[in-house]
Amino acid sequence: MKNTNHDALPNSTTCPACGLLCDDVSLSTSHALSVQIDCTKGIRFFEQAFNTPISASPLLAGKPASLEEAITASAEILNKSKQPLFAGLGTEVQGMRSIVSLAKKTDATLDHMHSESTVSNTRTMQNSGWLTTTLAEVKNRADVILAIGTDITSTHPRFFEKLAWNTDSLFDKPTPELIFLGAPDANAKLNISPDGKEPAIIPAAISQLPEVINALNTLLNGKKINIETVAGIPTNTLIALIEKLKAAKYAVIVWSASALKIPHAELTIQSIVQLINKLNENSRAAGLPLNSGDGDSSVNNVSTWLTGYPTRSRFSDGIPEYDTYHFATAKQLAHCDALLWVSTFNPYPAPDTQAPVIVIGHPDTKFERMPDVFIPVGIPGVDHNGQMFRMDSSITLPLKKLRDTQLPGLSEVIGKIEAKLSNRIDGTAA
Amino acid sequence: MITLLKNGRIYDPAHDKDGVNADIYIRDGRIVAKPADHEKIDQTHDLNGKVVMAGAIDMHSHIGGGKVNIARMMLPEYQEKHQQKQAQELKGLSEPEAHICTPHCSHHATPSTTDTGFRYIEMGYTAAFEPAISPVNARQAHLEMGDTPMIDKGGYAMLGNDDYFLRLLADKKDQKAINDYVAWILHATQAIGIKVVNPGGINAFKFNQRRLNLDENNVHYQVSPREILQSLSRAVHDLGIAKPLHVHCNNLGAAGNFATTLDTMSASSGLPMHLTHIQFHSYGTEGDKKFSSAAAQIAEALNKNKHITADVGQILFGQTVTASGDSMMQHLNAKHANPKKSVIMDIECDAGCGVLPFKYRDQNYVNALQWAIGLELFLSVEDPWRIFLTTDHPNGAPFTSYPHLIRLLMDKTFRNDAFSKLNLDAQAMSNLTSLEREYSLYEIAIMTRAGAGKLIGLNDRGHLGIGAVADITVYTDQADREAMFAKPDYVFKNGELVVRNGSVVKVVWGVTHTAKPAFDIGVEKDLKHYFDRYQTMQLDNFKISNDEISSDGRGQVVTHHNNKE
Repeated sequence: MKNTNHDALPNSTTCPACGLLCDDVSLSTSHALSVQIDCTKGIRFFEQAFNTPISASPLLAGKPASLEEAITASAEILNKSKQPLFAGLGTEVQGMRSIVSLAKKTDATLDHMHSESTVSNTRTMQNSGWLTTTLAEVKNRADVILAIGTDITSTHPRFFEKLAWNTDSLFDKPTPELIFLGAPDANAKLNISPDGKEPAIIPAAISQLPEVINALNTLLNGKKINIETVAGIPTNTLIALIEKLKAAKYAVIVWSASALKIPHAELTIQSIVQLINKLNENSRAAGLPLNSGDGDSSVNNVSTWLTGYPTRSRFSDGIPEYDTYHFATAKQLAHCDALLWVSTFNPYPAPDTQAPVIVIGHPDTKFERMPDVFIPVGIPGVDHNGQMFRMDSSITLPLKKLRDTQLPGLSEVIGKIEAKLSNRIDGTAA
Repeated sequence: MITLLKNGRIYDPAHDKDGVNADIYIRDGRIVAKPADHEKIDQTHDLNGKVVMAGAIDMHSHIGGGKVNIARMMLPEYQEKHQQKQAQELKGLSEPEAHICTPHCSHHATPSTTDTGFRYIEMGYTAAFEPAISPVNARQAHLEMGDTPMIDKGGYAMLGNDDYFLRLLADKKDQKAINDYVAWILHATQAIGIKVVNPGGINAFKFNQRRLNLDENNVHYQVSPREILQSLSRAVHDLGIAKPLHVHCNNLGAAGNFATTLDTMSASSGLPMHLTHIQFHSYGTEGDKKFSSAAAQIAEALNKNKHITADVGQILFGQTVTASGDSMMQHLNAKHANPKKSVIMDIECDAGCGVLPFKYRDQNYVNALQWAIGLELFLSVEDPWRIFLTTDHPNGAPFTSYPHLIRLLMDKTFRNDAFSKLNLDAQAMSNLTSLEREYSLYEIAIMTRAGAGKLIGLNDRGHLGIGAVADITVYTDQADREAMFAKPDYVFKNGELVVRNGSVVKVVWGVTHTAKPAFDIGVEKDLKHYFDRYQTMQLDNFKISNDEISSDGRGQVVTHHNNKE
């Protein structure tokens, strides 16, 4: 085990590996790293983080360079650029604050690596609104949890351990009944409660979910369906599901935009929202959209309060604009004249582009094609403090520095690049 | 360094100065007595004939936190529309609601944090208070306020729908236990006051109750809103914090709710309470449309009940968005949203929120009457120290419309002209034109400065006495009060000139105001147990440290000591 120079660890630390943002993780590094949680994703994150050296040299075209040189080179690339793309954006609150400031000065386009899914949720909220809930409400109130298109645990491993199998709850509720609709079978089945209760599984292909959810809406609105099966599901099963949702004291419907890899993901989410709204005419129910990770909730919240818009946005003469279609990374890669790729939680490489590339990210990032500039930075919640939004956006938690490091933080690096720009757009005049 | 503001006309109600000509000296950010003759005056501003007031203080404005950011996020079309409008204005095609926002503003109703700070200071406001911080969401509220430049900030923490408090009440815990918890919340959330929104109702909605009256029990805890108000107003009083309990009454926006509002005034048994956006709680049920003004009854009760203060929550016509902690009533009102969409949330067994866009139209009977009710209240409440100028930003209108509202209060002809263009049925149901009152500059200074500073307990703000922080606004006296208040000649923040002719000339970062009364730290033992068993975050992470607010060098936490015995 490397880098064991960090014996004064906090009692519990916050894990940024998924949107649950568990802050009850205890770490010990006295001999080897041990992570006291039952979570493959969290353990993998901390193992990878602590295996990363505490110092790493920036690279200019693959050759070691000083931080100063790398910052100057980055500023030069951005100075020459007319429409840079800032993508990836795997960061927390402080990192995003600095990125927005730099973007305003350089007229950059901003897009998060998971926007393709996040946008389906955001646009649903912008088109129709929604009624949602947060984790502690689920933990204490939910008596029925319906998961649509997701087994939940493969992306949010401790979800049921923390929010469904809890024996203590404020309102003496039973262990919630779990229903998986159109979730990957093999994984969903594993979610058996400690007292042996198996989840109900309603199989359906993801591509058939729009049809199934529309059928559920039809039934909830008191209309009859005169066929025996919908997308292979017996109509009676759907009728029973609707009755269960109606009878629940607090039904929670969970979906994952990233699991809905279908052309009509946004419409499907709108249908789920409709179902929840209708249920609330007489009883209580609420939605819980899962996030996709890498700081997506933090990035979109920070961007929104600083510019008025979540991501996919850009600055034009310092004024923010919003377009979830045109400002997508995949579209902009063809047009941008510089790419700044940020990924600090995970060593994700930058996508291919003809434009000059600056990568600021996880020290373990491996490259097939060397970027023009690579600046390794600290991992938030391991190498430096930070703040991060949980998947439900209502809670922001502090990330804590866990080891001494020589790696600079993202916001420090971005701030230095901004200071080196030849002033093109006056960022202070609002 | 000494700055001299020479020969201005001073309106400083805290010191009974009603337009007297005097000099003001500033040193190290504060107002000082006239220096000795040998001391060098470094800078002099000749303010001959100019109106000088302390920087204005908005005691109720939703400027940061979850629901404000939801409002921003869910309404990208407003920003686009607003940019189009700006383009139109440049061509001289100004719309009637052009007073709502000044050019270059990022957003019609909920500006970005940067624009919030800029628009406030450009109007001569030097502080604004976020009135609805849900404790679990306090970190986000402070992050947003931390990114709001130019002005001082602060907030009121919401209690009274949180499971922990209702449990204390249901278990008949003594007042000391309640007081310790309330004080602990003030510390943990870095707030300066306590607010209760729809007492017990937000919580009751989670148990599928759809309305809650003052003496009706929450089905789970068997506790009534009246008991909640009694307990919280007592706690605030016992702890000695200046800001009275900030109360958003039950039955927000419902016809006939004035009865609840009148009853609420008695719920604290004579202890101070502040009833917020009281316009939204002054509705009767008379007339064909079963919706009428009860402003006269409410104003009469306010005049009589000296322990009650109120802010108005005036509505002004145009597109805005309503962002409230009141998930119960916002869910009920979602059908009136325009455009038709709403975000409703249940939050952490702690709070809730409801965000709906709203378009107030002068030809709509209810909206026109709401406009008149707000003004009737302003003009019928006698004591300007107990009524405050707000639009419940952004719920009644964006704060950028304050200069327009001030003109409505100060200029009877202007007001009556506006009234005569309203929906005719609404005109028939309002006595507004019979109210002759016109607010004076002195009374405006009370409502927006001296009164607000005193209410919140900002001893060194809201006035121009020796020792006060030099937050000062200078206006040119103009017959058009809207033009006058929209564009001050100078604004000084902590003694520095930051605005000249209505434009920012220097970017500064204000402080965060808090109150931290003493309490028994033993309260944490049970809270830790509670957090470990039932919550989804650690107790230590719930608490916000001073460092989190000040570590980037922009903000600073200022704690106001208990100023009541």
